[in-house]
Amino acid sequence: MRAYKPKDNVQAKPYYTDRFYVSPQVPKFSVEDDEVFAHDLEAIKAKFDVLDAYIQVGQMVVFINPEDNFKVLELMRDELEYTQLSEMSAIDWLAKRGGFEIFYQMLSMNKRKRVRIKMFIKKGEALNSVEKLFRSADWSEREMFDMFGIEANNHPFMKRILMPYDWQGHPLLKTYPLQGDEFAAWYEVDKIFGKEARDIIGPELRDPAKVDRYDSERFARLGYEVPKGTTITGNEPKNEQNYQEEGGVFMIKKFDKKDSVVIDDPQR
Amino acid sequence: MAQHKVNYTQNGGLPIALTSVDKIVNWGRSNSIWALTYGLACCGIEMMASGASRYDFDRFGTIFRASPRQADVMIVAGTLTKKHAEFIKRLYDQMAEPKWVISMGSCANTGGMFNTYATVQGVDRIIPVDLYLPGCAPRPETLQYGVMLLQKKIRANQASRAQQAKRLM
Repeated sequence: MRAYKPKDNVQAKPYYTDRFYVSPQVPKFSVEDDEVFAHDLEAIKAKFDVLDAYIQVGQMVVFINPEDNFKVLELMRDELEYTQLSEMSAIDWLAKRGGFEIFYQMLSMNKRKRVRIKMFIKKGEALNSVEKLFRSADWSEREMFDMFGIEANNHPFMKRILMPYDWQGHPLLKTYPLQGDEFAAWYEVDKIFGKEARDIIGPELRDPAKVDRYDSERFARLGYEVPKGTTITGNEPKNEQNYQEEGGVFMIKKFDKKDSVVIDDPQR
Repeated sequence: MAQHKVNYTQNGGLPIALTSVDKIVNWGRSNSIWALTYGLACCGIEMMASGASRYDFDRFGTIFRASPRQADVMIVAGTLTKKHAEFIKRLYDQMAEPKWVISMGSCANTGGMFNTYATVQGVDRIIPVDLYLPGCAPRPETLQYGVMLLQKKIRANQASRAQQAKRLM
């Protein structure tokens, strides 16, 4: 059971009190604990270098050299029955270690086991595509290229998958700002109207809480709308919005509530 | 011989109604607002609900068309991504004049909760908008009310004058 902590006033207190708090690691176990995993690891070790291996949350994690990735996955698929590549992508470690960690998440339906193959590549290095082994790697590697800029050699169509082809920058890098860089902020304006239209259209409004009572264009004056560019005095009359004009509309009958019938019994 | 009953005492004894060109044209335009099928995200579901039997857009003459050439109003229902921005502009340009735009929901109005690199912060950066509907997502009643306000706006036009095409710039 979780230890009890008093929860009065919990909202007023800062969530993080220790700036240098490092969250505890999920415990790692030796591969020898599991027969199936131990056998698999022996098979990999017989042919390739294994840098590290352990079991975490019931799944084996194996670190290999990046140049072995195609051969290791081929061995996993053909001899060890890990027939599915359920996920692959990269983790940005550029600031701490100067590169990316690539992971391949494998699933064996026969053994009912999952294995994660991991490897580390330096910045600017490419990796071997595993698209010939697993069709699922086709789009995953394109997404990895799109989001991190890591290229896969021998991929049949190494292009961006989510962002437009003419996009600049790789959005999942830790250094990429959430609200976009200069290129992203002006992308649609530059593309549709041209760079000279930037002054006319103006920068994006990125502050969702901004309320300006002198703003005659945006949504700050709901119910008290004024024509664009009007000087605001604060004494504007409320705009009553009716869906029909006072005098009625040509050839259209105005709905009269008195004429309608409210059905009391829905099961009539 | 007409089978229906004609009241010859009304309108000076004739089964006709007299009006101005403005009114008859605006009546036609405002009561046959064909909308472009343009659901971009979850607001599209509410737009579909508005079109279905419970709310029944057909009563207002609003029929969804899958072609911009046949549409009068573009209901931008959902999040506009930067990748899609050029296509909304192209579809808007393909619509015949006169045309109107309803920006439906927070995402289309201002980018909404998607304060990110990939989302256009309001469709009015790309195309001129006539009506902004608040909500996330707006209920079908809101969209119906919006369409009725648009009808009112159309009726206020002077149809006989050559209308100036709306352009953002």
